[in-house]
Amino acid sequence: MDIHEYQAKKILSNFGVTIPRGGIVYSPENAENKAREIGGSRWVVKAQIHSGARGKAGGIIVCNTPLEVAQATDKLLGKKLVTNQTGPEGKIVNRIYIEEATDIEKELYLGLVFDRSSESIMVVASTEGGMSVEEISKEKPETIIRSKIEVAVGMQSFQARELAFGLGIEPDLIRRASDTIIGCYKAFSELDATMVEVNPLVISKQKQILALDCKMSFDNNAMFRRSQVSELRDKTQEDSKEIFASDRGLNYVSLDGNIGNIINGAGLAMASMDMIKLAGGSPANFLDVGGGATPEKIVKAFKLVTMDEKVKVILVNIFAGINRCDWVAEGIVDALKKIEIKVPLVIRLAGTNVEKGNQILKESKINYIEANTLEDAANKAVAALNKS
Amino acid sequence: MTVLVDKNSKIIIQGFTGKMGSFHADEMIKYGSNVVGGVTPGKGGSKHLNLPVFNTVKDAVNETGADASILFVPPAFAADSAMEAADAGIKTCVAIVDGIPSHDMIRIKRYMRRYTKSSKMTLVGPNCAGIISPGKSMLGIMPGHIYKEGRVGIISRSGTLGYEAAQQLKNLNIGVSTSVGIGGDPINGSSFRDIIEKFETDDETDTILMIGEIGGPQEVAAGEFAKENMKKPVIAYIAGLTAPKGRVMGHAGAIVSAYGESAIEKVEILKECGITISKNPSVMGDTVKSVLEKM
Repeated sequence: MDIHEYQAKKILSNFGVTIPRGGIVYSPENAENKAREIGGSRWVVKAQIHSGARGKAGGIIVCNTPLEVAQATDKLLGKKLVTNQTGPEGKIVNRIYIEEATDIEKELYLGLVFDRSSESIMVVASTEGGMSVEEISKEKPETIIRSKIEVAVGMQSFQARELAFGLGIEPDLIRRASDTIIGCYKAFSELDATMVEVNPLVISKQKQILALDCKMSFDNNAMFRRSQVSELRDKTQEDSKEIFASDRGLNYVSLDGNIGNIINGAGLAMASMDMIKLAGGSPANFLDVGGGATPEKIVKAFKLVTMDEKVKVILVNIFAGINRCDWVAEGIVDALKKIEIKVPLVIRLAGTNVEKGNQILKESKINYIEANTLEDAANKAVAALNKS
Repeated sequence: MTVLVDKNSKIIIQGFTGKMGSFHADEMIKYGSNVVGGVTPGKGGSKHLNLPVFNTVKDAVNETGADASILFVPPAFAADSAMEAADAGIKTCVAIVDGIPSHDMIRIKRYMRRYTKSSKMTLVGPNCAGIISPGKSMLGIMPGHIYKEGRVGIISRSGTLGYEAAQQLKNLNIGVSTSVGIGGDPINGSSFRDIIEKFETDDETDTILMIGEIGGPQEVAAGEFAKENMKKPVIAYIAGLTAPKGRVMGHAGAIVSAYGESAIEKVEILKECGITISKNPSVMGDTVKSVLEKM
């Protein structure tokens, strides 16, 4: 789960990280007042969307008067911002964060992630803040310093100091910088985060160490014990079909193609998508109904896939184990009584009681194309697409 | 020897009296697994499915001599249960449960560092289908009848894709020595490398089929291990050629975030390690067959 910049900043400030003065507004009327309340003589108006690279997309505007702040807020609110991370449909701006402008002396990069090789938390830092970490690792890999943290004992002061000295921070500021790094580590480990990125972390002309922009993501599996974090979810930033799916226990990712998929198991779903591609087609979605593939989930999956107007063919591929094919077939027949399908439907069943399952489908008189293997299913789906 | 479980493995079910635990315990018993009891804290002393229920794993181990366990406890309690099993001296533990927080998995793995290699429990999963040694024992939730007895070892992150492979092999009259589902989470108990190492020394396995997917370093680490240390041939399929970068594809671990994590990059690296690649998921069986014919 992702959260907004202003939410991440609030969290980090609770862990002792200094952030510029700022406030959130939902309307231009409030913006002017908010700017005066924050004080200073220059402000930055920042569109709050779940994406980086907002500056290049016009989502960050520097203003010199409270009136300009109101105008910039008016301009951004309700707008869809398209960045290189949002996809062509962009993301809607419903919240604006107004922040006092910072006189920047130096921009640094600080990121924390899980390191899957060492199964520990990895802190990554660089003197080249302001660029994305991908750009840094491509263009200035020599500036990257890393530190692996032993989770059982947590981050130690010396580790934070080593990173701070490694970033070339002057001796007077080392203590502050270490506290900032440890604050980020504590936020990561105490809130079940999967990513904390402060980019840039800046040293201001006034010798303050500030988190100027930050992103945080959290482990969905841990939200049961992090109610304060889960309340920060902003559904307006998520794909509506993906929300529909996750609320119903389905794993769904919207894609660009036109063959809709209903499959049990994430690996089998990815494999089926690969077969569609090899057969010359393109998947409209990734959809895993779960290893069990219960009839209820199959009904929900059909609803979801038929919501997508791009879909011109539907491919169902279920490998039934404990949940026998005859039971799955009854689920499909039942789903098709409730939902009208206007596009060709290819069904491949495999596993336990496959003959019985296929017989139930045949006798039900539903209109479908039977497939036997993974390859056969993909080929028939693409052939049906080309015919329609 | 058989990898991880055999006919003599004494199995207990953690989360025995729950719906999932009861159902799958019954399936395992029907398959012929030697289930000796289960654990549900507070229900110790009672009977379930005609087997004894214990309050703690230690009690179960002391009374029954159990050496294998399978977890059907909710995700919030799974880390605790896995550590309890390790502490009680269980040798092989399968965590079926989906949804364990990654921070908990790291905690389990750190906890296990207190044991020497010879006394350390092998944890398989979470979010996996478990282990089956066809005709001997099933410590998992797979449909046992799709596995033919034989000499191919299977390791798969995905459950259903592992079933697909077993079925393809069976259709070609090729059997399986042991199939291990290591699960789809970013941090798991046993990696591909951990399991292929066990297969290399298993005298009932001739060749290994590894079914990976996008995301994470484990397939490549296994490939590099195989290149340096293995004599038995390894065949691999990597799912997710069409998966977009930066999106989680169902499995929490299936996300491309660094170089070497996309399907194409993994395939290239594995080829360089001398591993035979199954070009697509419908020829996993055929690819194994062609490798076996050359042996």
